[in-house]
Amino acid sequence: MLAAQLLRATANNASQDDCTIAGMSRREFTQFCVGVAATMGLPQAMGLRMAEAATTQARPSVIWLHGQECTGCTETLLRAQHPTLETLILDLISLEYHETLNAGAGHQAEAHKKKIMEENKGKYILVTEGGTPTKDGGIYCQVGGRPHMEHVREAAEGAAAIIAIGSCAAWGGIQSAAPNPTGAESTQDIVPDKLVINIPGCPPSPYNFLSTVLHLLTFKKPPDLDDKNRPKFAYGRLIHENCERRPHFDAGRFAREFGDLGHRLGWCLYKIGCKGPETYANCPAIGFGDVGFGSWPVGTGHPCFGCTEKETAFEKPIHALAQVKTHTPPNAFPNVSGPKGWPADPVAVAVLAGIGGVLVGAGAVAASRMSGTPLKDEVEEPFDKGAPARHTAHADKTAAKGADEHDASAPES
Amino acid sequence: MQDTHHKPRPLGGRILTVPVVILTVLTLVAVYYVAVRFYLGIGAVTNVNPGYPWGIWVAFDVIVGPAIGCGGFAMALLTYVLNQGKYHPLMRPALLGGLFGYTLAGVAVLIDLGRYFNAVNLMVPWYLNTNSIMVETALCVMAYVAVLWIEFSPAVLERFRLHRVREFLERYMFVIIALGVLLPTMHQSALGTILAVNETKLSPLWWTQLLPLLFLISAIAMGYSIVAFEATLVSRGFRLKSEMHLLTSIARITFWLIAIFLVLRIGVIVLNGNFGLALEPTREALLFWVETILFAGALATLATDRLRRTERYIFLSACLLLLGGTFYRLDSYLLAYVGSPGWLYFPSVPELMVTIGLVAFHVLLFILFCKYLPVLSNPPREAAKARAP
Repeated sequence: MLAAQLLRATANNASQDDCTIAGMSRREFTQFCVGVAATMGLPQAMGLRMAEAATTQARPSVIWLHGQECTGCTETLLRAQHPTLETLILDLISLEYHETLNAGAGHQAEAHKKKIMEENKGKYILVTEGGTPTKDGGIYCQVGGRPHMEHVREAAEGAAAIIAIGSCAAWGGIQSAAPNPTGAESTQDIVPDKLVINIPGCPPSPYNFLSTVLHLLTFKKPPDLDDKNRPKFAYGRLIHENCERRPHFDAGRFAREFGDLGHRLGWCLYKIGCKGPETYANCPAIGFGDVGFGSWPVGTGHPCFGCTEKETAFEKPIHALAQVKTHTPPNAFPNVSGPKGWPADPVAVAVLAGIGGVLVGAGAVAASRMSGTPLKDEVEEPFDKGAPARHTAHADKTAAKGADEHDASAPES
Repeated sequence: MQDTHHKPRPLGGRILTVPVVILTVLTLVAVYYVAVRFYLGIGAVTNVNPGYPWGIWVAFDVIVGPAIGCGGFAMALLTYVLNQGKYHPLMRPALLGGLFGYTLAGVAVLIDLGRYFNAVNLMVPWYLNTNSIMVETALCVMAYVAVLWIEFSPAVLERFRLHRVREFLERYMFVIIALGVLLPTMHQSALGTILAVNETKLSPLWWTQLLPLLFLISAIAMGYSIVAFEATLVSRGFRLKSEMHLLTSIARITFWLIAIFLVLRIGVIVLNGNFGLALEPTREALLFWVETILFAGALATLATDRLRRTERYIFLSACLLLLGGTFYRLDSYLLAYVGSPGWLYFPSVPELMVTIGLVAFHVLLFILFCKYLPVLSNPPREAAKARAP
């Protein structure tokens, strides 16, 4: 009846014999966990511990609540490829309630959620996706006749850990932007006395979420968090710091409008509103969609709009300049349309002119010493009438002598 | 005709003369900068940039160098293809010049290539892009360098008296000589084809579909000119008997080659209606006229039979043509070539020193080879005098 069981039964690669975990061989799964550890900046051995933790422990139950959102976070999770993340999630954890993936519906589903929460009190993981409306008693998002706000508070009460996935749950998202008609707030605002791990992003990378879950399972505590409770391994650095277009920023090569020469040449998008310089996320490092390098907004030519930052996304206009947190581009950047390369070095000019002078001079001297008399037919000695030849230093006396000696010793064939 | 019966012999003589020392010093300076280039990279030595990835190392060392080294090819056309055996005495020095011209061009390519270690892939057939003109040029040059060394090897074998090997080689030498005519024809024209595919980057004063033909004709003319240049200077410098009677008949060929070149070169510009560009006050027009006047000067100094019989004018004409041919190549590959607008290029001092060093090394090797190996066959002037009745 449950989503987890149904999906597990229908998944192609979810054979459950001893040597496969989540549709992967043990070796593949261990490699995957080591990769996750590397993403989080943990040593290799931690990856092995993660693999161990994920396979030996009883799978923790997960309650997944949807609020005001577009379900994009769930969509991105379902499209993760290494491994197919829904398989891993369902085998790694026991997904008991998820409004998009539930096989059951209505009171049946609600009753199951309630039962699981009671049975696993203090042990289950709560994941919230979407913002929570608070205006007018939170009536703008209701499930089972009760406001979302109440569902969140109720589930948070007995949760071992709370993860807010996506910008809506992490800081309110698009519906919290002014004028915020529904009074949308983040999960943290709804349960201020609990620790909520925020994985903002619109959508966030599924691997940031997965890595956080593996960390929780392995170490029984959240990963290092920043002041906005975002895992530091994913949100510790500005997009600007790891952006592949950063050299263009430093060299002053900017796209000025969409489709101009600079834009087509892949130059920096800062001047058409890229918020990379004020947005903390690891998008340039890990990309999206598992299709390789460059598969993220800036990589495809669109400015970052700062989805992980409450003050940026949906607040600043797309075209507005980012507040550069590292250093601002000075006005002294080289002009991209001016001459490039190095001008002539006076010494090099002098060397070239010297060569020219030597060549012309030597040529003239040589020509002046050559015979100016036309050759007569069958005349053996044209030089007899010419100037005496003694102009080159290496034409020393020994030349003729040496030649004679060689001649004498040369083998005559 | 009697002179042709003299066998080539080593000149001998003192090695450490003043020119040899100067040339050695210039070579060592170049070696230093080449070492810097390999240790720190091309950017540390040259001024080449994304707009001008080809600097003088390519435009001069690789494009002009082999044209100046075309003597062996031009003389082989005359001596073997047209079967004019009387030119044989000019063959070895011409080959020697070509040998160093081409070998050092190959060395220059390796110095200039960013990832020179990938050059070995040229030898791997399945890596070849058979549609590439550059591949054709590279393969022809590499093969021709090998051919030149084999063509020249009898001189070395004679010196060390390896007559068996020499006899064996000479039995098959006709194949090598045939290759020695074919390969330069292919790649001297290919050097023009490289530009023929770059229509948008070259001024119409240079660009034409005839570029391969123009490059080939001018290369052959330069080949004869370097033979005349070298023969006049060597007979002066080493005090050997002149080979004027041979140079006179070659001068006739050179004259017609220059004439055909100029007619084609200017004719195409006029027929395409681009001659107006040459009359505008631009840098391109200035370069065009400098180059054309040099060619025309070379033509004028060979214009009459009397001039062609005079050593001074043979030498002057050779100088003018070599300069003209050099400018033609420098203009079309560097000075009038706009690969990417907005870029500046002027060779740096170290870059110049490497090119100068390569040329110095070329001359140095030529002198040393003439002294050690049987290259020159004209008898010393004193000996000739003694034999004169």
